[in-house]
Amino acid sequence: MLCDTSRLLPAGAATTLPAQPRSRGSALRCRRRELHFPGHPALPFCDFLAAQLARPSFPPGRRVILRRGRMPPVMGGSLAGSERRARRGRCGPQAARAVGPDVAAEDAARSPKRLVQGSRRFKAAGGWALLAVVTLLSFATRFHRLDEPPHICWDETHFGKMGSYYINRTFFFDVHPPLGKMLIGLAGYLSGYDGTFLFQKPGDKYEHHSYMGMRGFCAFLGSWLIPFAYLTVLEVSKSLPAALLTAALLTFDTGCLTLSQYILLDPILMFFIMAAMLSMVKYNSCTDRPFSASWWFWLSLTGISLAGALGVKFVGLFIILQVGLNTISDLWHLFGDLSLSLVTMGKHLIARILCLIVLPLALYMAIFAVHFIVLNKSGPGDGFFSSAFQARLSGNNLHNASIPEHLAYGSVITVKNLRMASGYLHSHRHLYPEGIGARQQQVTTYLHKDYNNLWIVKKHNTNSDPLDPSLPVEFVRHGDIIRLEHKETSRNLHSHYHEAPLTRKHYQVTGYGINGTGDSNDFWRIEVVNRKFGNRIKVLRSRIRLIHLVTGCVLGSSGKVLPKWGWEQLEVTCTPYLKETLNSIWNVEDHFNPKLPNISLDVLKPSFPEILLESHMVMLRGNNGLKPKDNDFTSKPWHWPINYQGLRFSGINDTDFRVYLLGNPVVWWLNLLSIALYLLTGSFTAVALQRGVHLPAEVEGLSQVLLRGGGQALLGWVLHYFPFFLMGRILYFHHYFPAMLFSSMLTGILWDTLLRLCAWRLAPSSLARGIHVGGILSLLLGTAYSFYLFHPLAYGMVGPLAQNPLSPMAGLRWLESWDF
Amino acid sequence: MSLVRKRAAAIRLSRRGESSVEQDGERPECRAAQEGARCDSTQRSDPQAVRRRGEARGAALRGLGEKQGILLSLLFYKMLGFLRHPLVVTADINLNVVALTGVGLLSRLWRLTYPRAVVFDEVYYGQYISFYMKRIFFLDDSGPPFGHMLLALGGYLGGFDGNFLWNRIGAEYSSNVPVWSLRLLPALAGAFLVPMAYQIVLELNFSHCAAMGAALLVLIENALITQSRLILLESVLIFFNLLSVLSYLKFSNLQKHSPFSPSWWFWLMLTGVACSCAVGIKYMGVFTYLLVLSIAAVHAWHLIGDQTLSNVCVFCHLLARTVALLIIPILTYLLFFYVHLILLYRSGPHDQIMSSAFQASLEGGLARITRGQPLEVAYGSQVTLRSVFGKPMPCWLHSHQNTYPMIYENGRGSSHQQQVTCYPFKDVNNWWIVKDPGRHQLVVGNPPRPIRHGDIVQLVHGMTTRLLNTHDVAAPLSPHSQEVSCYIDYNISMPAQNLWRLEIVNRESDTDVWKTIMSEVRFVHVNTSAILKLSGAHLPDWGFRQLEVVGEKLSRGFHESMVWNVEEHRYGKSQEQKERELELHSPTQVDISRNLSFMARFSELQWRMLTLRTDDSEHKYSSTPLEWVTLDTNIAYWLHPRTSAQIHLLGNITIWASASLAMVTYALLFFWYLLRRRRSIRDLPEDCWLRWVLAGALCCGGWAVNYLPFFMMEKTLFLYHYLPALTFQIILLPVVLQHVNDHLCRSQLQRSVFSALVVAWYSSACHVFNTLRPLTYGDTPLSPSELRALRWRDSWDILIRKY
Repeated sequence: MLCDTSRLLPAGAATTLPAQPRSRGSALRCRRRELHFPGHPALPFCDFLAAQLARPSFPPGRRVILRRGRMPPVMGGSLAGSERRARRGRCGPQAARAVGPDVAAEDAARSPKRLVQGSRRFKAAGGWALLAVVTLLSFATRFHRLDEPPHICWDETHFGKMGSYYINRTFFFDVHPPLGKMLIGLAGYLSGYDGTFLFQKPGDKYEHHSYMGMRGFCAFLGSWLIPFAYLTVLEVSKSLPAALLTAALLTFDTGCLTLSQYILLDPILMFFIMAAMLSMVKYNSCTDRPFSASWWFWLSLTGISLAGALGVKFVGLFIILQVGLNTISDLWHLFGDLSLSLVTMGKHLIARILCLIVLPLALYMAIFAVHFIVLNKSGPGDGFFSSAFQARLSGNNLHNASIPEHLAYGSVITVKNLRMASGYLHSHRHLYPEGIGARQQQVTTYLHKDYNNLWIVKKHNTNSDPLDPSLPVEFVRHGDIIRLEHKETSRNLHSHYHEAPLTRKHYQVTGYGINGTGDSNDFWRIEVVNRKFGNRIKVLRSRIRLIHLVTGCVLGSSGKVLPKWGWEQLEVTCTPYLKETLNSIWNVEDHFNPKLPNISLDVLKPSFPEILLESHMVMLRGNNGLKPKDNDFTSKPWHWPINYQGLRFSGINDTDFRVYLLGNPVVWWLNLLSIALYLLTGSFTAVALQRGVHLPAEVEGLSQVLLRGGGQALLGWVLHYFPFFLMGRILYFHHYFPAMLFSSMLTGILWDTLLRLCAWRLAPSSLARGIHVGGILSLLLGTAYSFYLFHPLAYGMVGPLAQNPLSPMAGLRWLESWDF
Repeated sequence: MSLVRKRAAAIRLSRRGESSVEQDGERPECRAAQEGARCDSTQRSDPQAVRRRGEARGAALRGLGEKQGILLSLLFYKMLGFLRHPLVVTADINLNVVALTGVGLLSRLWRLTYPRAVVFDEVYYGQYISFYMKRIFFLDDSGPPFGHMLLALGGYLGGFDGNFLWNRIGAEYSSNVPVWSLRLLPALAGAFLVPMAYQIVLELNFSHCAAMGAALLVLIENALITQSRLILLESVLIFFNLLSVLSYLKFSNLQKHSPFSPSWWFWLMLTGVACSCAVGIKYMGVFTYLLVLSIAAVHAWHLIGDQTLSNVCVFCHLLARTVALLIIPILTYLLFFYVHLILLYRSGPHDQIMSSAFQASLEGGLARITRGQPLEVAYGSQVTLRSVFGKPMPCWLHSHQNTYPMIYENGRGSSHQQQVTCYPFKDVNNWWIVKDPGRHQLVVGNPPRPIRHGDIVQLVHGMTTRLLNTHDVAAPLSPHSQEVSCYIDYNISMPAQNLWRLEIVNRESDTDVWKTIMSEVRFVHVNTSAILKLSGAHLPDWGFRQLEVVGEKLSRGFHESMVWNVEEHRYGKSQEQKERELELHSPTQVDISRNLSFMARFSELQWRMLTLRTDDSEHKYSSTPLEWVTLDTNIAYWLHPRTSAQIHLLGNITIWASASLAMVTYALLFFWYLLRRRRSIRDLPEDCWLRWVLAGALCCGGWAVNYLPFFMMEKTLFLYHYLPALTFQIILLPVVLQHVNDHLCRSQLQRSVFSALVVAWYSSACHVFNTLRPLTYGDTPLSPSELRALRWRDSWDILIRKY
């Protein structure tokens, strides 16, 4: 009887049954079983187990319950397929006869409940065992020969160094957010590395310094990628073979392997990306039980992983985008469900805002807070930041300094340009050479602190010494006309209608006059940006502009490097375009005036939001500053998916220990083929569905897996790959790896689905099962064999280069552009 | 083409006018019925189509819901025969469009030759017109050549000979410059925007009042007028943008009732052509093209889902769209370049940027030098080698007597051998002789022995007879690469390493012969596998600031800076050094001609245009996209040399502000309706909702795609870049107003009040237009106080003379 009802219920109808009372426990258990052992005939490894135990495991009625409510259609479709199989095996006597071994299963179905429970446990254990095997293999490959080579490889020189900075607590500047380096530093600290190694250049031997902690940490995180990908694919496709294929592709990819074995940010970044992806799909499949503990768990875990991904590199924004899109479509579906009240909707919305916006933001800020608290000593990064920022670093000359707060006439000051890495207004006893403007004294900006950076603020019309104690103190105010006299040479800052040395459209700035006496071209109006007239000028905090009175131009630094005659300092010009750019904004940094009381700079210390904002501005500008030069070789985004060129991690010559970051070509080209194939089959299926073609239930289910599960992977690939085409900064091969993870997941889903479709065409013969199993197995074995061929790329090779027939890699240089 | 368009529009309009005279409310349905009928008669051969159309017509008729309406349509169906007569001059609408076109022309063409001086960017486009007139090749990276060609067409019709020096804004035009005909085309394009805005709103199925409103707003938009009256491309770009949208709308309205009719085909094709023209004028046009494409894709997707159509029919529809919207635009785009390259056949000042092969295809210049060179490079050939990459500047492999300094400034040592550089000027020191390492002769044998891919050669510097050499010494500026020198034997342990293997990069087979100009080759050093490369750095004074050439040791794949080609070439005849030097000083002669295929020339030109990077210079009137929306900036175009009459690019601030406001209103209303629909609360009837969505998709989408990309651009931006986006915004404005009037004003009283407000608002816009008119036309000198009064924003830069 039960069998009959289940047969009569078409798969589509089953999903639309009215919601049953929420039997949480059973539904959960059922799903897990289904998840690991779907009733499909073709399971390469556990096939035997599945055939023995899966079919009759629970009464069909419960399956119907299982498919009620808000289960994602992916699942429904897949289950529909399994239902068909099971039905055939169990209820149709002919089918039962045809499938011989299933007789045992038939018996099991009718046996007491205890047996059913036992088999369920057994399957669950099988699933866990498989996961354990995958994880173990992943760890084994990543940790194998982790200590080699015992010298710095490629970017370890940066990130290892930055780890050391954290241990030594010295401030530095990097274009990426701090989490990755902080974790590396922490790993080093916990493993006994003392931060004394210099990390000067690739190839330096580590010798007695303990580096294995940091490498081990990166490898540890890198190893988790594979189980994460495995579980993600399992979740979206409900198919073990697909998950296994994905896991194999990633395990046996030399590129992922190499990238996980060194002190780099990428394994950490990819760890968080995949964690976010996994928790997102997990939480998606919890939609039928909103606000349950696991729902909250996965939702907040998504948020935490997002914060982690963004905290390592800004590339994390792409996964945030993906999760965001997913959330929006999710909310949209909920909103369209008229059975939900608006109050419930509001709860859903607030939950997502809390977990996906507020929580990550809080964590992200916490990361920066830790970063600023840990790095409290002056270091190599000081110069990139504003004067006010530097005041918080111990060891910096602005730290705990006390200087007069308001600028007054007679003060001796240094003036710093606000543009990053532009330096102090500077002059020296050298003239502009013949033919470049007027032959007067050069004015430049200079990055280092120097006596020639000192200027005296004077009134424009009197030359009396304002430091005369008999005169009252007179403060400089916004809008005043002043003169700036160079302290060392007693010449005035001057500009006139001559073209600037490098920027032809601007005017030249010179030092002019003798002992402070010049002409009216020495007069500048001092203005504070966004302030009212009459305000005093504050040291460090006021953003000032100097406007030349006669020509009306603004003093600015063009950022261009002067030739040899200008000692390769930066050009200073007076720009006639009154646009407000950082080039023409300055601030007063050092300030000496014996007549004024000093105040402690502590009051000027910027608040945390200000520091956060500033460091982001500096990072963004730093990122944009990484521009490739015209004649350099640069990696282009289109090189990446075709595995056009690798990156040399270590070693060049025959005798060196060489490591070469290159994807396993078999894996990569299979991925590439799969994307093309996916677009083809995907659009074909989509058009067919849109045309209203009625697909058989099983194909319907498979096409849903293909469109939804595959679509998610494809979206991930697109989001992590195409934005690079728009980036102006210099790009490297390793930027592709997050996208590669997604494309491997797509490959797993696609091939499993395609083989199932093939098998379905030929159903129900044993040949069909053979095709599926054989196809998946041959793909697995092929990848494994290619890994055997290419593993020296990752684990290191010594000996002649690949061009040489004696080389161990001879014959494997399939593209001329690979040089290993 | 525009004539055809106008006539078609006139026919349509007259018919529409007829229906609306009788009963205005039922206009779309009636028209549908008529057209269904008309197109049926043309295509009776396809029975299925007829059936389908019959159904469609039936549905439309049913939609009328009134017997009277059905009768009326039947009446018109019978009357169609009369309507074909060209004599039908009826409708007020027809006059509306005529009147709109008339005032449009008046506003744009009035005193077109004033000022008779170069105004702002005319100085930029003018030089290209001159190049066209003189048939001289040029390269302009600002956009594809179609726009320039259109401007030049004006010059051609006006009989311009190209003799004018476009060097200064404000310079008086000489008498040979046909100012009127040069400015005519942009002005016409600008004038037609007015009736086109009307048509677009009508095609979006909004009322005549709304359509009139859109047209009148475009009419009194000061910035559009200013920009149309000069030799500039924005108005033409906007014209083609609107044309593509309009023709797509016409096409999609025809789709429901008469697919595959001639007018259906016409509008579909016109969409493709107009898109391509827009792209051909400025690359920005690509975004409008993409917008139209994506709307077409959405419509096509609905078509696929329409199960009343057969598979074959759907396929035909898709095929027609693919041809018209993908293939035709590509072909048209290629056509522009074809005409461009046909027109410009003389060499000119921009030759240097192009490859040798391209230059040789132009008349004069390099072609004159290289005409008749021997094709195949042989042992003993004398050649000049040009770097294919040509960045930072095009240059030739060069050497001279001077040696590398013994010690560089930073303390590194050099080989102290003869310098090898890349030199951007033609020079006798650029000549090299290709030598067979096995022999001593420096002359070409008889018969010449051609050099093939993979052969080992030596390169002998012609004037000094030293051999090109590289060795494991760090290069002066790129210490990771090897130094390249001409070898001098100083009797220290540094042997000559002067064998190079020739690799032809663009070979077809491995036995290809090294050809002059055509072959792109790499020189691979035999001993060290280093590759001869232009590093792009300038040497210091000891190297005369020439470009550094290095041996790239770590060959990380292919890069164009390692590729060279032979430019000048002759067979060496004299063995003696003295005679050879004499020979090198004399020009090359011999004779054979060669041609480059169009596709090769097109792809090279297009690639150079896209990759050419000009220094982005600051400009006094440059602005950022954020300043455009609020009109925080203006551009002073021209100032009368004596009086204070001046032309500014200044928008009608009422229109700008209300257009932005309308868009925000649209967005809010749209999301409000969308959310409520999701909860199954339908505020609008379905057809009303659909046209509301389509209007928004086109207008808001048009605004977004023409505005947002500027945030990503790094070039210098000006206020006029905003005008295409603004036009779409203006069209949205009356649409929103009508919607508010129809659906949000509940009582008649509210409607009257709202109409009164709209009238008041429009008159204030007119007032603003009138106030700013002197700055738009520049015809009235204003007193300083009047000028100061016009400075409504502090950031506006209105020029006030100091006396």
